[in-house]
Amino acid sequence: METLIFFLFAALALGSGITVVVHRSPIYATLSLVLTLFSMAVLFVLLGAPFVGALQILVYAGAIVVLFLFVIMLLNVQQEESAPARRSAQLVTAILGAIVFLGMFWLAFWRTGLRVGAAPAPPKLTEELVSLKGLAGALFTDYLLPFEIVGLLLLVAVIGATVAARRPGSESSRPEDDYVSGDEPRTDPLLSGPDPRRPSVAEPAYKEAHS
Amino acid sequence: MLGLLWLIPILPFAGAAINGLLGKWFPKSVVTAVALGAPLASLVIALGCLWEYSHGSFPNGVYEQTLYAWTAGDLNIPVAFLLDHLSAVMLFIVTFVGFLIHVYSVGYMGHEEGYRRYFSYLNLFMSAMLMLVLGNNYLVMFVGWEGVGLCSYLLIGFYYDQPFPPYAGKKAFIVNRIGDFAFLVGMFALFAHFGSLTYHEIFPKIAADPGAVTGAPYALGLPLASFIALCFFVGAMGKSAQIPLYVWLPDAMAGPTPVSALIHAATMVTAGVYMVVRSNVIYQLAPGVSLFVAVIGAATAIFAASIGIAQTDIKKVLAYSTVSQLGYMFLAAGLGAYSAALFHVMTHAFFKALLFLGSGSVIHAMSGDQDMDHMGGLRKHLPATFITYVVGALAIAGVPGLAGFFSKDEILHAAAGSGHWVLWAVGLITAGLTAFYMFRSVYLTFFGQFRGTHEQEHHLHESPPSMTIPLWILAVGAVVSGWVGLPKVLSETNRFQDWLAPVILHPAGLAAAEHEMSTGAEWLLMVVTTLVALGGIYVAWANYGRDKGLAEGQHWAARLPVLHRLLLNKWYVDEIYDVLIVRPLAAISRFFWKVVDTFVIDGAINAGAFLTELTGDVGRFSTTGNVRNYALYFFLGVILLFWWIAFR
Amino acid sequence: MSVPISWYLLLSAVLFAIGAIGALTRRNGISIFLSVELMLNAANLTLVAYARQWGQHTGQIIVFFVMAVAAAEAAVGLALFIAVFRQRRTIDVNRMNLLQG
Repeated sequence: METLIFFLFAALALGSGITVVVHRSPIYATLSLVLTLFSMAVLFVLLGAPFVGALQILVYAGAIVVLFLFVIMLLNVQQEESAPARRSAQLVTAILGAIVFLGMFWLAFWRTGLRVGAAPAPPKLTEELVSLKGLAGALFTDYLLPFEIVGLLLLVAVIGATVAARRPGSESSRPEDDYVSGDEPRTDPLLSGPDPRRPSVAEPAYKEAHS
Repeated sequence: MLGLLWLIPILPFAGAAINGLLGKWFPKSVVTAVALGAPLASLVIALGCLWEYSHGSFPNGVYEQTLYAWTAGDLNIPVAFLLDHLSAVMLFIVTFVGFLIHVYSVGYMGHEEGYRRYFSYLNLFMSAMLMLVLGNNYLVMFVGWEGVGLCSYLLIGFYYDQPFPPYAGKKAFIVNRIGDFAFLVGMFALFAHFGSLTYHEIFPKIAADPGAVTGAPYALGLPLASFIALCFFVGAMGKSAQIPLYVWLPDAMAGPTPVSALIHAATMVTAGVYMVVRSNVIYQLAPGVSLFVAVIGAATAIFAASIGIAQTDIKKVLAYSTVSQLGYMFLAAGLGAYSAALFHVMTHAFFKALLFLGSGSVIHAMSGDQDMDHMGGLRKHLPATFITYVVGALAIAGVPGLAGFFSKDEILHAAAGSGHWVLWAVGLITAGLTAFYMFRSVYLTFFGQFRGTHEQEHHLHESPPSMTIPLWILAVGAVVSGWVGLPKVLSETNRFQDWLAPVILHPAGLAAAEHEMSTGAEWLLMVVTTLVALGGIYVAWANYGRDKGLAEGQHWAARLPVLHRLLLNKWYVDEIYDVLIVRPLAAISRFFWKVVDTFVIDGAINAGAFLTELTGDVGRFSTTGNVRNYALYFFLGVILLFWWIAFR
Repeated sequence: MSVPISWYLLLSAVLFAIGAIGALTRRNGISIFLSVELMLNAANLTLVAYARQWGQHTGQIIVFFVMAVAAAEAAVGLALFIAVFRQRRTIDVNRMNLLQG
């Protein structure tokens, strides 16, 4: 039974993961990510960490992905053209990815002594191990300092995000800088020409392809 | 007064510093006062010290004064001065003759542009020479040794606006350097074995235990004493102009004549002899090297004399004469007759300085012309110079009664007495040649018709008193200085030899060098020497006297053209050295410059710069500005880190 | 029969590799971000798997922190994207080449 659940949701996670990476439309990619996160949450529960699974859905799928969707909508990100990417670059990245995978694989299995199917049995799940109480106990005693620091980090992130995304308000007097979605005709940002105010920054390759 | 011993070398140094650094702003009278005052003060203090020393008694019979003990790790060298019987003699010679030459220089260099510079250098020389003779260890001696070498270079190249004097100065310095290197090696060996360079720490040890230094071979297949003696002698070869390192001395005549008198006749060139006499213990234990010294000395003596008989430049005649007389001194030292060698140093200082100063007076009267072919009949115009010059010539020729006779006789006596008849014969022939070329110069210069230009004839006049008074004093010295060393047949004891006896240490187990002869043999030798000297004078008179002028000499040159040319061109030794040594060295230097320095060394540096540039040019391609490239590099780095952690 | 931990690790490795390829290959900035999130999740899976294997809480707590950091990173990163977009009107990362030297 456990094995069945594992395979099902592992396949789901794999499939939706590939979709995230491959699909051209950002919206579809984000929704695939949600699917991936859900599958991972199930796997977490399977591993005896229900709280982490719940946290995954709440924080990741509920907050981060929503944030992604908001920004995609705001910026009106259109489908990405399958650009004439150079074959060599793709090949290189594919190989690198393969190396990374292999490396992690190797590391995980041979170095740590875990063979496929030859692992020592994990200890039985206890109440203490699974419950929130056990987790919280460890969190607020042994790991109190990192906890506080992460809180600080979140504070900094909030401030940073606010400042970075701020409209250039009183400093800038150029109304063109205030962009609101829907102002300009629907054009693919990737297709629109170079910024007319700064003609020199256009890529030469882009100019050749589209002039 | 003995407490002021240290002032003797320091005062001339102060004089040199004052005149050198501040003299620009002094009037000529002040410069002269400083320049003369310093050596005069040194002379006075020296005489006082000598008086006190000879009338006092001291531990070990010597007076030592330590200024400063210099220690560097194991090295412990005191800066100290020593007054003993040997340094007393040298001190007297240097201060006395040195002062007289300073006085002479006032007149001789009076019209020179570089008057102040000249006296600054001359004082510096006095200071260095005094340090050399007063030092109580080899290192202080070496400091003085190098100092006089430096001053020699400075003073030879005094007329630096002409091309030859600086060249001669460089030649002197470089040839000296070869000797200095050997001297240093000897000092290193001495220090390595004894841990000290101080005389009174080394010599008694050697004398007490000679076996330690004569036993096993130390270097070059020689035992320690022989090795050190050889190294020291090579140093003396350079400084005292023996074969093969004598070539600098004739060219050194490019300097002003008082310089030739002081440095290249009376004092600096005798430093080598002083050093050998000081190290007599070592030489006594190195019989092979001592014989080598004697042979080189005799060879130099006759070789230089042979060149001297054909020269026409009056200073060159005297220069080769100096080389020849130095050969005599080393002949004596090599045979173990150290007191005879030092005796000859003293008498030679007087008459050679006299002869040089006299020639300077002649050159001064001839408006700078040194060629004897242009002179003649000068005795009418320069009476005082003439008389003193002849006295000097008689002295050097070895006419009985004058200084040279006694000292030369001592040397020949030592040669005969120790059984080296070949060396004795060489010395005798050289004595004859000496008499000949000296009186050749006398007759060519002072007798006959004047052969110079009309203008020169007008200008002929006797020198001022500042120049003639030192001549007279030196003339007296040339006569009298021999009387302190009368041989035993004439007086009960040889006072000079007795005076020097305490300095000649006798190593245990070694019999004193036997130089005894029967009284009859000694008288016979003296007569033979006298006859040879008089014979030489007679031949000179026959050829150049009787108002014959140059005629007879040219007659001989015509009859023996090859020999004459060889002698006139100094046996082509300079040319041989040029081809064998100087040119190859210059070629090697040029190779190192053009090839090694330009390609190898500069190339290595430039290659480094080139590599850096190359790296930059190649590395530049990684800054694409493309964020995805950077992400790729990032990722690559992570992978590498990963692998490293995994396979650490 | 319970699932061996090694299979979870294998899954995690594959997901991580997929996410890495995506992060390097895509031109769209948002897509890159999504790939990064995928990588983070793969890492989280590994951590939880090991927490299970060794019977400790440590892995889960680290996941806790990772999630918090991921959230912070996403927020700030997207804010930056918005700022860049205002200037460049594009989030194609190929166009962001001011660092070219």
